[in-house]
Amino acid sequence: MKQEQPAPAFWDKHAETIGRSWLRQHQIRQLRETVTAALRTPLYQRRLAKAGITIPEDIASLDDLQKIPFTTKDDLREAYPYGLLSVDLKDVIRLHTSSGTTGTPTVIYHTQSDIDTWTDLIARCISATGAHRGDVFQNMTGYGLFTGGLGFHYGAEKVGMLVIPASTGNTRRQLLLMRDFGTTVVHATPSYLLHVHSQMEANGIKRSDLRLRKAFLGAEPYTEETRKKIEALLTIDVYNSYGLSEMNGPGVAFECVHKNGMHVWEDAFILEMINPETLQPVADGEEGEIVFTTLKRTATPLLRYRTRDLSFVYPEPCACGRTHRRIARIKGRSDDMLIINGVNVFPSQIEEIVMKIPEVGTNYQIHIDKHGSLDRLTVRTEIYSKLFTGDVGVLESLRGKIKELLRAVITINPEIELLEPGGLPPSEGKAKRVLDLRPK
Amino acid sequence: MAEQINIFVENKPGRLKTITRVLAGQNINIRAIEIADRERFGIVKLLVDDPHKGQRVLAENNFACALKKVLAIAIDDRPGGLSRLTETLSDNEININDAYGFVIASKKEAVLCVEVVDYDRATQIIEKNGFRILTDSELYDL
Repeated sequence: MKQEQPAPAFWDKHAETIGRSWLRQHQIRQLRETVTAALRTPLYQRRLAKAGITIPEDIASLDDLQKIPFTTKDDLREAYPYGLLSVDLKDVIRLHTSSGTTGTPTVIYHTQSDIDTWTDLIARCISATGAHRGDVFQNMTGYGLFTGGLGFHYGAEKVGMLVIPASTGNTRRQLLLMRDFGTTVVHATPSYLLHVHSQMEANGIKRSDLRLRKAFLGAEPYTEETRKKIEALLTIDVYNSYGLSEMNGPGVAFECVHKNGMHVWEDAFILEMINPETLQPVADGEEGEIVFTTLKRTATPLLRYRTRDLSFVYPEPCACGRTHRRIARIKGRSDDMLIINGVNVFPSQIEEIVMKIPEVGTNYQIHIDKHGSLDRLTVRTEIYSKLFTGDVGVLESLRGKIKELLRAVITINPEIELLEPGGLPPSEGKAKRVLDLRPK
Repeated sequence: MAEQINIFVENKPGRLKTITRVLAGQNINIRAIEIADRERFGIVKLLVDDPHKGQRVLAENNFACALKKVLAIAIDDRPGGLSRLTETLSDNEININDAYGFVIASKKEAVLCVEVVDYDRATQIIEKNGFRILTDSELYDL
């Protein structure tokens, strides 16, 4: 059995409590490094030249960041696969792809140094909650191309926790692992943890069989009420986790023991908040869209990347002593991206696929609701009368085909509902394609 | 070869009501009805006295429907009547995708309507084994 050890509150106390003016100097230095790396990529070479930036010294102060145009998801999609690669491919040791707004994915490359930095940031996040080497950690997020799995895995191993790489799914097994190995800390989406909790009784697991103390929950937005509900149901502490694959994955911002806002690691990312309509900066405390510039990434540097996540910066310092500012839990998006059980899905990805299938009409609807604790995605399409052959078998294979085509792009399993012609409201102008029936 | 109308319907109340009302409105007589159920949707199969008109009229009323070939085989209306036919089909490896049957009391005859894969081969074998396949007019005028 793992022994309890005194918990270090900081993974890197020096960096985490550094004075703001030192931090600013570090940021300017690192920003120039990032611009140097960016200038090696075809996309930024063109773009920065247009903004009058051809050498890193063109960045004289942090204010010069404003001269640089924003980078968007579409830029990443257009640059796929190698348009944003800043180093020799032989120095790249990992890549992660994720949903683009259409069938084309986006890719982020990582050198050894990028992986090490990412791992360190995760170690900071874990330590900030009081979790430590003596803990048993069950990583209940998807491994593979999902950054939540490997990202947290490496960080947890770095801290020295006993890591159970459970990934997601197979709920009965998750519970047995928790019971048999005395899991104390988990990483999951809030909906999946709620789902696991709902299956305890059916699997003969009582709370007293488990040693859970902490849960790191993220990848989808959830309210303070949901956090409190999970804490009460499992008698644990829940810590909010924020990240995005463009900024590695998890490890961008995390709650400390005070559970009041997530500290953004400002020595790794320059944090800006903008008004999504006017693109002008907003003050601390005001709601805006989060924009990040990487400061330590070498293979795929990103400048002023628009996350489309809405939040605000806490103006006051945190009682924990960290000088890295906190952001509030994500309120929503400034685009139409959906998050379904922690997976990002763009309606345009679904539309692109459905429109290519002749047997269904052009009228479709995306339906999202809750099935127990988990999100459920249903794509409803009308069948196209002219191509209806009357065969049941043909319709069944059609459903199967649509499901497979969608799953290959959005990675989750949608339900497919075939409707009679006229079964959906007629599409006029900007049709209401997405019906999100999940409670806010 | 006879034809039936296959109609796509969502599994919710009111669909049959609408279908039968539409056909009645055009004076179309339904001879037999069968439903292939697939949980969320189903295919309603109708044998009517004027399948082409029936399909057209239903399509005009926004139903996704198609005409499907069907073999209407006459069998004796007594114990063993159906059994003799199914034995023949099975011995000759003719697989039935769907079937429905009804009795014609006035003629002391029964009819089994089947959907198969190879209609020509099935017709040949069935007739060679002494069964009668109803002609279109025979079937629609029943």
